[in-house]
Parts: sequence; C-alpha cells; structure tokens
Amino acid sequence: MGGTTPGKLLGISGLLIFLTALPGRAVAQAPPGWAGASGEDPSGSWTPRFDEDWEERIPGPEIGDYLGLPINAAARLRGDAWDAALVELQHNQCRQHASDYGWRGPSNLSIWQEVDRATQRVIAYHTHLSAYGAEQTIWMDGRPHPPDYALHTWAGFSTGEWEGDQLVITTTHLKENWIRRNGIPRSDMATARVHLMKHGNYLTVAVIVYDPVYLTEPFLRTTDFVYSPQAQMAPWPCEPAEEVDRPAGQVPSHLGANPFLDEFPAKYGIPPEATRGGAETMYPEYQLKMKGMKLLPKPAKVVPNR
Amino acid sequence: MRGLRQQGFRFAGGCALGVFGIVACVGFVGLPVKVRAQQAASNAPALPDYSKAEVHILPVQGNIYMLVGAGGNITVQAGNDGVLLVDTGVAPMSEKVLAAIRSISSKPIRFIVTTHIHPDHTGGNEAIAKAGLTIAGGNVVGDIGASASNQAQVIAFQSVLDRMSSATGPQAIPQAAWPTETYTTPKRKMFFNGDGIEIIHIPAAHTDGDSMVFFRRSDVISTGDIFVTNRYPLIDLQRGGNIQGEIAGLNKIIEIAIPEALGGNDVLQEGGTMVIPGHGRLCDVADVVFYQEMVTIIRDRIQDMINKGMTLEQVKAAKPTRDYDPRYGTTSGIWTTDMFVEAVYKSLTAKPQATGGN
Repeated sequence: MGGTTPGKLLGISGLLIFLTALPGRAVAQAPPGWAGASGEDPSGSWTPRFDEDWEERIPGPEIGDYLGLPINAAARLRGDAWDAALVELQHNQCRQHASDYGWRGPSNLSIWQEVDRATQRVIAYHTHLSAYGAEQTIWMDGRPHPPDYALHTWAGFSTGEWEGDQLVITTTHLKENWIRRNGIPRSDMATARVHLMKHGNYLTVAVIVYDPVYLTEPFLRTTDFVYSPQAQMAPWPCEPAEEVDRPAGQVPSHLGANPFLDEFPAKYGIPPEATRGGAETMYPEYQLKMKGMKLLPKPAKVVPNR
Repeated sequence: MRGLRQQGFRFAGGCALGVFGIVACVGFVGLPVKVRAQQAASNAPALPDYSKAEVHILPVQGNIYMLVGAGGNITVQAGNDGVLLVDTGVAPMSEKVLAAIRSISSKPIRFIVTTHIHPDHTGGNEAIAKAGLTIAGGNVVGDIGASASNQAQVIAFQSVLDRMSSATGPQAIPQAAWPTETYTTPKRKMFFNGDGIEIIHIPAAHTDGDSMVFFRRSDVISTGDIFVTNRYPLIDLQRGGNIQGEIAGLNKIIEIAIPEALGGNDVLQEGGTMVIPGHGRLCDVADVVFYQEMVTIIRDRIQDMINKGMTLEQVKAAKPTRDYDPRYGTTSGIWTTDMFVEAVYKSLTAKPQATGGN
C-alpha cells in the first residue's frame, strides 16, 4: 500500500474490512493438510508486479511518509529519529526482510509443497523469495506454535489452513522489522495473518499485521504476483563490509528534530499533518479532513548547471 | 525521584509475574526493608506460590539447554564430563531446577558460573551446588578435607564474592551460596565437555561483577542481565553498574556472535551464535543488535540533553524513551522507565572516580 495517495484509501479500507472479518465467516473447511481441497494450490513460480506501489517498493519510501499507516505516537517517533545511515552499519547491511514484509521486495517467488510420502498429505508449503534468499515454511499439519521463550526469526513460525479458497497463514515469533522502509517499526510482539488468493494466473498476497506495540489497528497491505513458470531464481550474494569509518558501537539517529520531514509533504503537496499517519489516514473520510489542512510551499525546481 | 540508595532499597529476592505468564522471582522487589517487614507482618502481598511455577527446558544447540521459569534464565551445558550451569535461579525453585537438570543429564553438576550477584540468578547456588561435586583428590582433599569435593565449584568475578561476603543483616547471604572460585582478569578460560568456554568479565555494566559465558564449540553466549528482552537494562548503580559498561557489554556480544551464513556470507543475519539472555526469550545476534541500537540511541539522547544543561527532572519530562516504552517500558514493578532514565542520567553525570596509584 505504498500508494499513499488518498484515492487508494477506499479500496484498501474495503479489503481490510473484508479480510479482517474472514475468521468469523462461515466457510467450508478443508481437512487440514489437503492442498487444493478447497482452494487452488499456490505452488509454482511467480514474478512480482512492480508497477504496483513502485515508488515505495523500489526507490524506497520518502522520509517522513507515514500516510495510511495505523501507527501510534511511539512508532511515529521511531520513524522521525530513524537515520538511513543505520543501514550502513555492517550488521545491518545484509539484514533480510521479515516474512510479513518480504513479499514487497524485488523478488521472484517460488512456492512448493512438502508432502508425506506414505499418505501424500501436504505437511507444509515452502516459499523462497529471491531477495535475500528468504525462505518461509508454512506448516499445514496442525502443529502448535512454539512457546513464547523460543527464538524469533525473520521468517517467524507459520501455520496454514484453508479458509474457503484462500490459504490463510498465521505467523508468530517474528523478529522486529519495519512496516515501512523509512524507519516505521513493527515489533517482535506482532502476529501476521497472510491470505494467499490465487485467481487464474494471478496471486494476491494480503498481509495483515497485528502489532500491540506500534499499531493502533491492524494494518493490511496487498502485493500481487503473476504466474511465471520460467522465472529465474537468482542468488542473492551479500557480503557486509565496513563502508564508513565510524567509532565502534555508534548508532546513527536523529537526536533532535529530523530536518528532512518537510521534504515529502512539500514535494507532493500533501498537508504535513496528514503525512504523520495514524489510523484515520487509512479511511476515505480523511480526504474531507485534509481539505482544511495547510500545505507547505512547493520546493523550487533545481536546474542543474550546464 | 530519589535514588535507590536514598530510598533504602535492598535486594531481597523479591518476585514478580514473569513475562511468560509464569510466576518468577526477578531478583529484588526494590522495596525498602522497612516496608518489606511491614508487609510480612500484615499479610500484605503474598509471595508467589512457587508450587505452581514450572521450569521449562529449551534445547538451544550443541549440548546447551536453556531453563526458563525459575527467575533469571539458567544455562545448562551437559556432557560426559558432567554438568555446568550458568546461574541457578531463585532459591524456592531449586528443587524444580534440579529435577529439570536431571531430566537432561544424570552426570554430576560440577560447575556453576554466576553471572552477577542478584538473587534471581544466585538464589539456587546453595542447594544446587550442594547437589553437585568437585573432582578433587591428593593434597587438596588432604589439606582441606572432604569439603573440597562435596559440592560443585561456583565461579564468579571477584566483586561478586566481595559483595556477597560483606552483606550483613537481612541482606546476609549464606556462605554456602558464595563463589568458591573467583577471577579478576578480563577473561577466564576453561575446557569442559569438549567445549572451550570463555568467562568474560564486562566491567561496570549491569553491576560491577558481570560475567558472560561463551561456549565456543556449541556457539552459545549466556549473557546474564547485560542483555534481557523484557525490559530496559537494569543498571544497578548501587552495585557499580553503569550505562557505558552496559553498552560495552552489548557491543561485546555483537563482536563475538556470528550469524548463520548462506553461501559463505552472513547473508541471513540471523541464527548462528545463539544468545541466552538473563531474562526473556532465546535470541541471536540480530536481536541483540536491535536492543543495542535502542539502548545506545537512548543513551545518546540523554547525553545530548545533559550537554544542553537539562536537569534530571527535565530529562525525565522530555521522555527520551517514549518511542520504545510500549515495548520495554513500565510505570510499576522493579525497574520502571523512570528508574532507567535516572540510572542513565546518573551514569553519564557521575564524576570519574580517582583511580589508585602512588
């Protein structure tokens, strides 16, 4: 949902209401572990639709763009204090995205079944994303999630079940990660519910994040893939190196006011107040409220010297 | 807010509801001794019922296990040579801790490494050390008798013994719980169960007697309370703790730990070296990095405020931790956000102590 333009809010809100209501919906339950019993098996190779939310996903979000994020004040301050130089630190350079965010990356996607040989029952689905070589196992055999004191990982611990024609994945034991790649955090206490919806040659992945630490409402975001049997799964080599000579243990952050927060609202003509995010910015009626808000002057165009 | 010392705080083996919903002692209640006595006399808040508490065993990797639920986390290394423990939890849970150890290994408990003085990590020293043994003979036994071998060795940094042996009155700690072996160097090494073990002292961090234990073959670090996952780091100023040492300790973990590699590089930036925190869940270096970044940023903010001439009350009012409070903060219990901010402020404004010399 990097398309943070108000026009997109209505559709997303509708999908959010639909999906968050799903657990209570009466659906014919397939026997656990039987792939395709009520939904289409998502196995195969998929390529992402990069034209969807391009600006957020590939160049990366603007500093201070929190539009459409149901964040609390603490998350907002984490975003304000975030300094992109943090990613330069050696131990952060190759840090992969957690599984609730990984779908957004520049990744081809492969999904395959793990089947019990004797019964041909699907024990698990596995996913591989080319970005960071990130893999996730989605257990379909009804096993319980680990205790709270077990390790958290980027992939988390996932179980899946069919709800109608959707494969619904519940992921716990996630490491901290981000909601938006400009410092807006998602805590390690969060749970993700992922709906895989296959329709013809398209796969829609709807991720709903429930974070008691940084979100005031569930956050939903969809990402689409296209069936692509010849998709290449390239390796993702990443070797961290010391890029900037800085004192050991130094952690870049904005200690006071972040001087870059005005750039995004000025550039796009969005009221600064709206860019601060919060649950109300997810809903269409917020467009009415925005009409009364002040705008910043557009930045002057910089003409390069010739 | 007055400091711990001014309020007459004492470490007293107090208890609280653990992060996992099980009752667990957390080391000290932070209650003035007088108040504790009054509570005891008036049937005020009863101590948790340990009969219902459980010790959970989590296999980590190699021959290392993590015991959860007995106060501070306990690390168990088990093998043909016997059992080595890092910390022993709270005293009332000793029997259950021993039962958990016995379900892992029937070999004798030979070593206990104490990461620091607090009773949620040392409360079981007496009972558990007595259940172990030291292999000794010859002149050792001849000189000092059977007591040389009738309990496990308890290893700690020297200042742990100094503080335990000097505690008096209600804070007195039984001699049987004291360390039997101490070290004063930056590192003590030993080899046990096929594993090279480094006991690393981190000066002036959580306390002034902190040790971390690095199992080199199993690739596990047991950190004591320098690293926890359920609260801001507790800086026990009264016992020589300091925010700078705390951060140095976190940096040391990051320096030692190596995340799992994919294709020869640490691409995944997770797994590899496992990290057992003093409290909370099992971690790896990526978790430590998030925590180190949080603590360092807060330290830097408070330092920045100090540089601008702000008083402690002004710093508290500015809420320098507010973006992390929903995850680590609390307004009640043994270690509130206010206490943390105060400890950081005092660490950073304390005048350097004169060192010895001629």
